Amino acid sequence: MTVIDAPRAQVPDELSPQRGRWQRVRPFLPLVALVVLAILPYSTISLPGIFEGPVNSPGTLQLLAICLIFGGLAAGYDLLFGRTGMLSFGHALYFAAGVYGTDILVTRAGLPLWQAALLTITGGTILAALLGAVALRTVGIAFAMVTLAFAQVGAILVARDFGGLTGGEEGLPLDVSGLPAGLVGVTNTVNLYWLALAYLTLVVFVVHRVSGSPTGRVLAGLRDDERRIGVLGLDPYRYKLVAFTLAGGLASAGGVVYVLIVGGASPHITSSELTLSLLVMVVLGGPGTRWGPVLGGVLYMYLDHRLTAFGTSDAVDNLPAVLSRPLSQPLFVLGTVFILAVYFFPGGLTSLAPRLSHLTRALRPRGR
Amino acid sequence: MGTVILLALTGLGLAALYFLVASGLSLVFGLADVLNFAHGLFLGVGAYGTWWAAGNLPGAGPDGFGFVFAVAFGVAAGTLVAILVELVLIRPLYSRTIEQVLVTVGLSLAGVALLQATWGADARPFPRPDWTRQVTGIFGAQVPNGGLLLIIAAVLVLGAILAFLRWTRYGLVIRAGVENREMVTALGIDVRKAFTLVFAIGGAAAALAGALGGVYFGTVSPGQGGSLLIFAFIVVVIGGMGSVVGSAYAAVVVGLVQQFVNYYGTSGLGDICVVGLLAVVLLLRPQGIAGKVATA
Repeated sequence: MTVIDAPRAQVPDELSPQRGRWQRVRPFLPLVALVVLAILPYSTISLPGIFEGPVNSPGTLQLLAICLIFGGLAAGYDLLFGRTGMLSFGHALYFAAGVYGTDILVTRAGLPLWQAALLTITGGTILAALLGAVALRTVGIAFAMVTLAFAQVGAILVARDFGGLTGGEEGLPLDVSGLPAGLVGVTNTVNLYWLALAYLTLVVFVVHRVSGSPTGRVLAGLRDDERRIGVLGLDPYRYKLVAFTLAGGLASAGGVVYVLIVGGASPHITSSELTLSLLVMVVLGGPGTRWGPVLGGVLYMYLDHRLTAFGTSDAVDNLPAVLSRPLSQPLFVLGTVFILAVYFFPGGLTSLAPRLSHLTRALRPRGR
Repeated sequence: MGTVILLALTGLGLAALYFLVASGLSLVFGLADVLNFAHGLFLGVGAYGTWWAAGNLPGAGPDGFGFVFAVAFGVAAGTLVAILVELVLIRPLYSRTIEQVLVTVGLSLAGVALLQATWGADARPFPRPDWTRQVTGIFGAQVPNGGLLLIIAAVLVLGAILAFLRWTRYGLVIRAGVENREMVTALGIDVRKAFTLVFAIGGAAAALAGALGGVYFGTVSPGQGGSLLIFAFIVVVIGGMGSVVGSAYAAVVVGLVQQFVNYYGTSGLGDICVVGLLAVVLLLRPQGIAGKVATA
């Protein structure tokens, strides 16, 4: 039997991608960005208005490291929200499990960091698997509420300080005496920065590999039409549980790095507001895209920190009180931007580039 | 015996607070499929509206008729905000559930930040009539009057909502819409007017909860709505989406469990028991005590 190749479909010229100068460089852009971020601590440029000190000052590096962590967290959360279509309101729980787990094992139990980290990430993943197994028996909005309730239990456990482990409302400072010397002290902030960068790279890599795999295609199918996946003979529950567990594990790994950067755990990271801000990051960046959530997370954390300084700056203070007071609340600005984003650019930041290119093409003179 | 009665009545007071928040949430979710994270904002607006009116509005004050007037102002403010939110923000997004949730999430973040920007993050002492600070002896238990006030208000609101749903034309439309929205639309009735109406009812009940909650706790702070909201969500799920009566039963169960376990067990254990109860209800009876099955 001979196989006859089907004739290739004719694609109209205007629909086939233009292989411009940028198209050839594009696949390497993430690598370039990674290299730039990795060598950033060696530069002493100061960007007034953007960062307070020079780029390699410990304060700036710490801010950047936190931004990178949240870029990774948002990318991990996007595995649930953007790629599988699960609206979880309890993602903060697994992050908090990473933060508090490491902190308690190092500070209270005196374990070496690598053991504590390993135990915490394993524990966080198992926790996500167990709670996901229960929560995924519901779908849609009910799922959102159940995850919210589970996360609330975590918040209560931490705040009420059962057994005197978590330090309650005051939080638990990390005992640094047992940590490797390279991760302790202001002068070593740069190592923490690289650690955060490594975490972000890991998350992006994992999410990218998963979404490219057959499992990832099933997840995308679940997002678009869950019933159809069921009809095709695949079990939606199992695939969702895999995504949930993986995202939980990644979040607890993020918690391990975060506790090292911040040097302790505080109860606000267990609150549902953290999950809500992850949601805001993903939607602002562009759900279901590779770089959108990362960008959203980095930008959100940056704005959250910098808007506080902006709010107390002279430019804002000189405005009438009606304007200056709301503007000094980062959450007010971010919340408003978020609502506008939901209405006016639903695809997030990453959808802006194609839109702008449409605009420029429309504005370009017809002669070309 | 006195302790048990005291715990039961304060538990019922808490239940009343939950019910006031949850009834609106449940109706809105049942009819319009909107999971309203901004409901805590309505509560905050009601509380701050009352607080502001008692201090600044002529004729209103912390006592007697002035207090009633202040509460009425707070409730009116909450209702107005709820109607505005529905008309301006939610209406353009109908049948896009996820976007609606996202908008209400953004609104809850921005709204609480706005309250905080205007009146500060710290808790403010709430103006309340002197008699709410006192206690009433019931079968040997000294019950705070603020809690009793909440219970009475919740019972009145429950009666009013049920009467409205049963004996008015719009109540009929809302009940029918919760059962089957497409069919109501197909019969030529504009369900969207009913959406605005349930938002107004929910906003008014939540604002009342804010005002009376302020009386009960003695203070008002921007974050108050958010922490109540999570338990109100739990009450809605346990009670069944769209069922006011279910919310009432669930609120009583949740309030009593929380109060008794927190007293006889460790503090905080009651909150965890409530979540455990939620898990059990969802596994055994996903549609709640009385309600339709919750789907996306």
